[in-house]
Amino acid sequence: MTSTIKFSRRAVLQGTAGLGAAALAAGLPFGSAQAKDIAIGFIYVGPRDDFGYNQAHAQGAAALKKLGGFKVLEEENVPETVAVEKTMESMINLDGAALVFPTSFGYYNPHMIKLAKKYDKVRFLHCGGLWSDKDPANAGSYFGYIDEAQYLSGIVAGYTSKTGKLGFIAAKPIPQVLRNINAFTLGARLANPNVTTQVIFTGDWSMPVKEAEATNGLINQGVDVVTCHVDSPKVIAETAEKRGIMVCGYHVDQSKLAPKGYLTGAEWNWEALYPKLAKSVQGGEKLPNLVRGGLKEGVVKTSAYGALVHEKARKHADDIKAKLTAGSYVIFKGPIKDNKGNTVIASGTERGQTDIELEKMNYLVEGVLGALA
Amino acid sequence: MSADLLGWWGVPLAVLAGAIRVSTPFLFVSLGECITEKSGRINLGLEGTLVMGAMSGYAVSYLTGSPWLGVLAAGCAGAVFGILHALICSLPRVNDIAVGIALMLFGIGLAFFLGKPFIQPQAPNLPSIPFGSWSDNAQVQDSLRINALFLIGVVLAPALLWCFRNTRWGLILRTVGDSADAARALGYAVNRVRLFATAGGGFLAGIGGSFLSLSYPGSWSEGLSSGQGITAVALVIFARWNPMLCFWASLLFGGAAALGPALQSVGITQGYYLFNAAPYLLTLLIMILTCSRDRTLAGAPGELGVTR
Repeated sequence: MTSTIKFSRRAVLQGTAGLGAAALAAGLPFGSAQAKDIAIGFIYVGPRDDFGYNQAHAQGAAALKKLGGFKVLEEENVPETVAVEKTMESMINLDGAALVFPTSFGYYNPHMIKLAKKYDKVRFLHCGGLWSDKDPANAGSYFGYIDEAQYLSGIVAGYTSKTGKLGFIAAKPIPQVLRNINAFTLGARLANPNVTTQVIFTGDWSMPVKEAEATNGLINQGVDVVTCHVDSPKVIAETAEKRGIMVCGYHVDQSKLAPKGYLTGAEWNWEALYPKLAKSVQGGEKLPNLVRGGLKEGVVKTSAYGALVHEKARKHADDIKAKLTAGSYVIFKGPIKDNKGNTVIASGTERGQTDIELEKMNYLVEGVLGALA
Repeated sequence: MSADLLGWWGVPLAVLAGAIRVSTPFLFVSLGECITEKSGRINLGLEGTLVMGAMSGYAVSYLTGSPWLGVLAAGCAGAVFGILHALICSLPRVNDIAVGIALMLFGIGLAFFLGKPFIQPQAPNLPSIPFGSWSDNAQVQDSLRINALFLIGVVLAPALLWCFRNTRWGLILRTVGDSADAARALGYAVNRVRLFATAGGGFLAGIGGSFLSLSYPGSWSEGLSSGQGITAVALVIFARWNPMLCFWASLLFGGAAALGPALQSVGITQGYYLFNAAPYLLTLLIMILTCSRDRTLAGAPGELGVTR
């Protein structure tokens, strides 16, 4: 066998010397820090200061930055299309990310799964709880049982509402959203069994004009407490405050936007979870594929009570919160009927937070005014 | 409390109120685009201008404490974008549609970049005039709380129509838009007329943006516009380049956008995806019904790229 390509000795020497110099130059400015600092990428679907979903994640990323020892990469306004694959690839290839957090629901399949197969050394953690055994082992999901916090918001709303009409502005009728609507309503009916929740679906995660329109529509029908499950509750909180009704927050603390009417809110606690996950990567541990938790695990939290929340409401909510934190309380406990009169959870059945049946929720409980399609 | 609720009557009222609230940005952008297109040019960049106007209006309102200064700043920012579009388009062999798309992306990007520090703070909003104070019904009161910008738009639409038809300026504008050669033969500087028309159009579109951030929904965020600028450009074709029809078309789109939430709030919850799609279905339907094989669109300026 003879090779047809021949290199002169000079060319080979020059080439090797050049490579060596390049390697040296690349290595020098980073020094020893590069070996230690682990690059971690965060991808947001919207702006990271949206008073909502993305801000909650960005606060988690900020907590990681403060910790030190990590190189935090962030990119915002990444659509749930092939664009997110490009973002992930550049984080992996250009910045050497060892762990990527694509934080929006629609990033998972096919985008994140495709890249998890391609880069099997990189860890992918998606916010949403979609991981199953069929998916790559270096991928995973994490999510919080924020319906526990919504349940507490519901209790507070049920006590403070004067009209007995609550409003819920939701983006899409997917199980996670329905779970929040149902938990909020169950909580409110614990405080006042006659309360109803009028739900409005806007059709997408961020529709400021439609959300304002929905808030006004609800208020005009006599609703005096609104809450929501959209990406940015900013418009809803501001509209509610302008019209002089009460509001329960979502994702992050919105009390700044509604200083008078803010009751409480269901918040993510990514500031606690992200450093925990990052540290286990730093320590070389195997990351779990499914991370889930509620108040007990510190994945979700509630906002401080507003001035309008009276003593009785506080006491009841605090009482349930203590039980939820201890893990001794079940929200979805039979008998529960849907709003068409069918029994969805039979008497005597308890569906605890980890119950996989709750992930398939496709009904609205009794007391919710609204339909899924 | 429930005694003074309107129940089912709330739906038409909510649609009317929604039409008034939601239509204002459509109205200003489509009136602006109407002026520009009458001069024979399409400025597709108005989506970018709208977002830029929303951002600069909010920022100036926050920094100075005066929402009306914000409106003025938004208009000026829009005019600058209009001038930019006109200047680039006056170069030889430049396509106005391509420039418009480029400016749209540029405007959105620039607004997001400059607008970052203004997402969190709260700026003073434009006041609304309570026309419903005669009623004790909260819903009537709310529905008739009308923003001054909408009223300006209401006056502006017939005024523009009158100007187009009855003034020397309107005639020059229409001549330039219908035949650049004829305008040149008459001694008018085509590019200068178009520069003024595009700048004026941008000014109005910028004001439309300031309504979004300073009145309804009333705060600056990056998802604020969600394509309303583009819809408004399409509205001009839909309205056959007639400012009064632009006004009615804007109201129609505003009302249609309010239909979904209004029906759901009174408990008609089935089929809300369909209600949310109502404005687009309506456009398709009207476009299909009014199209003809035998003639180009009535009222279309002859110089306009799309009709040539």
